[in-house]
Amino acid sequence: MSEVVPGYRREGPGTHPPLDWPAYRSTALRAPHRPLVPLPHRLTEVTGPLLGEGQVGERDHDLTVQHGGEPLGERIVVAGRVLDEGGRPVPGTLVEIWQANAAGRYRHDGDRHPAPLDPNFSGAGRCLTDREGRWRFVTVKPGAYPWKNHPNAWRPAHIHFSLFGRAFAQRLITQMYFPGDPLFPFDPILGSVPEAARDRLVSRLDMDLTTPEWALGYRWDIVLRGREATPLDDEEDEP
Amino acid sequence: MTLPPTPSQTIGPFFAVGLIWVDGPDVVPEGTPGAVRIGGRVLDGAGDPVPDALVETWQADPVGCFAHPDDPRGPAGGSGGPPEWSPGRSTSEFRGFGRSATDAEGRWAVRTRKPGALPAPDGGTEAPHLDVSVFARGLLGRVVTRIYFPDEAEANAADPVLCSIADPEARARLVAVPEGDGLRFDIHLQGERETPFLAI
Repeated sequence: MSEVVPGYRREGPGTHPPLDWPAYRSTALRAPHRPLVPLPHRLTEVTGPLLGEGQVGERDHDLTVQHGGEPLGERIVVAGRVLDEGGRPVPGTLVEIWQANAAGRYRHDGDRHPAPLDPNFSGAGRCLTDREGRWRFVTVKPGAYPWKNHPNAWRPAHIHFSLFGRAFAQRLITQMYFPGDPLFPFDPILGSVPEAARDRLVSRLDMDLTTPEWALGYRWDIVLRGREATPLDDEEDEP
Repeated sequence: MTLPPTPSQTIGPFFAVGLIWVDGPDVVPEGTPGAVRIGGRVLDGAGDPVPDALVETWQADPVGCFAHPDDPRGPAGGSGGPPEWSPGRSTSEFRGFGRSATDAEGRWAVRTRKPGALPAPDGGTEAPHLDVSVFARGLLGRVVTRIYFPDEAEANAADPVLCSIADPEARARLVAVPEGDGLRFDIHLQGERETPFLAI
């Protein structure tokens, strides 16, 4: 009948971090313990908010022009595509980012790291992907910063990304890292990702994206779940 | 071609830098006839409030439609809705999506309208519900649950997702509770009263 719509593939166990991950201490009282209830992908799950059309400003993707002057730090271009597992671009989807400044400080009351705030840097950006699923931000490279998870704990430099895709089932919030960061082996948050999948969160230096005399370019593609081929396949890929 | 999906990471404690919208909690604008406030608290396994969580809701409009091309029944606000719910308003002002960060006491809330029931592919009906995503520091991925409505006992009793939860007490935790003019829905991430979370 007409209400039968294909669901989305369900990732196997090798993709996402487990919620219960003792090395990241804050999971201890927050990770649910009971088995999840299976949720078939029906109308509410295969639809989702299509946000941002006409609401994203022309400069929202450029975190270096949001104030009177330029932020301090290493200017970078970060760009990529939002694709689904089938390699199809996800067009017109809202991408939201937030990050620390070049000194490793967030513009947030809760950030007590004694590094300077930058009056010319808020650390938030948004854009819509184009018809090919492409997105692009101009920003400064965020600094590493300490946190209190364990003695001498430092987060590797990262940018937070929020993605909607086209369906509730595709919603994803994640973090992008920079290649070759020596803090990787010490970070329990990146380390929570199954080892074979960790490098999917690491951008790569791209000399084609790098702009001469202006900014290094880092490329990172984001892959959201793809559609099941037919509704009959719904159950086949469950972990 | 199969590309490997991107893993999730925690939203962290500082998401307010980038994810706060002034109209985040407004699934419908203030003053919308029939609007209802749905909210509650996010609590951890010790029963303490989670002050750095983000709660998002997604739902059908009052006639049970989605303004989305993958709703095979056509655009939201089609036919047969309550008289005060004009088709024009349905598409232009019903966002379907709500976003609320928790405050220091772990409280979240959205202003919305009760969604309509939905047809299920097996000929059954899904009771009116909101799909809910919860993100927080300490959650390495989102957790998903549903909010059902207390005045829909009959529809809830026939809802396929609710029916799949064997424990009646757990099932009841997915039904919001009337409180004042609105509905209360607490989210217990862990513990005795852990909210049933759904495998999306």
